[in-house]
Amino acid sequence: MSSGFKSRHGGGVIAQFEAAEVSILRSLVTQVLGLVAPGETGDDPLERALGIGSAQQPTDPVLARLFPSAYADETEAGEFRRYTEATLRDGKRADAQTMLDTAHPGRTELTAEQAQAWLRSLNDVRLALGTRLEVTEEVHEEIATMSEDDPRYPAFVTYDWLTYLQDTLVRALW
Amino acid sequence: MGSTAPIAVERPSSDVRPDLPWVTIVWNDPVNLMSYVTYVFQTVFGYSKEKAEKLMMDVHHKGKAVVSSGTREEMERDVQILHSYGLWATLQSDSLS
Repeated sequence: MSSGFKSRHGGGVIAQFEAAEVSILRSLVTQVLGLVAPGETGDDPLERALGIGSAQQPTDPVLARLFPSAYADETEAGEFRRYTEATLRDGKRADAQTMLDTAHPGRTELTAEQAQAWLRSLNDVRLALGTRLEVTEEVHEEIATMSEDDPRYPAFVTYDWLTYLQDTLVRALW
Repeated sequence: MGSTAPIAVERPSSDVRPDLPWVTIVWNDPVNLMSYVTYVFQTVFGYSKEKAEKLMMDVHHKGKAVVSSGTREEMERDVQILHSYGLWATLQSDSLS
């Protein structure tokens, strides 16, 4: 298994990945990309130019978690969302694309900027998977006692690996 | 961070109350790592590691923490940046917190 990220001499980070690991990463990031559609804006050219989109909170739990409401008040939250969600979506898509473009088996070297994209994208993938699996703060204890025959086991192990990978990336960037 | 820079837009003026400071609140969630949350506070706000860790622990143990304060526009920008990092952030008038 990959030993995670390490700081690179002269900036950026470095990691070694096995082919199977890259395949898992690519598959999960591609799924997030499929879920996070490009920022939808109205037909009005001015609204499009300004990135003004929908005020509706997403109904999918993963999207609701990736794009949380900024205000407790629904009207204010909707107004904020109209002006920001399209930009946020585009940012998350760009981060995911950076990960797809740079993830490959063997030695993976990332610039500081690419590492930031990986950091946010790994977090998006963990948020998506964690929301689908309904993880709690006791997730690591849960995995430790989970039977390998449990149908949820592979997904939980993958989640645990992503957690480990993200933690090594944070520490390599500190 | 260029791709997530907020867009300057005109807001309706009726709800702007410049006399009240606003705060950004980060809420606890089971996915975001303690190390990651600390790192984001340092990166986004330029806080020292000590201050960022204290805020992270407040989020973890108390369920939420006020992480920044200022004008409503400043807090909206902070919330948007925190959302780009996947943190669960909201803003509100300080009189409510």
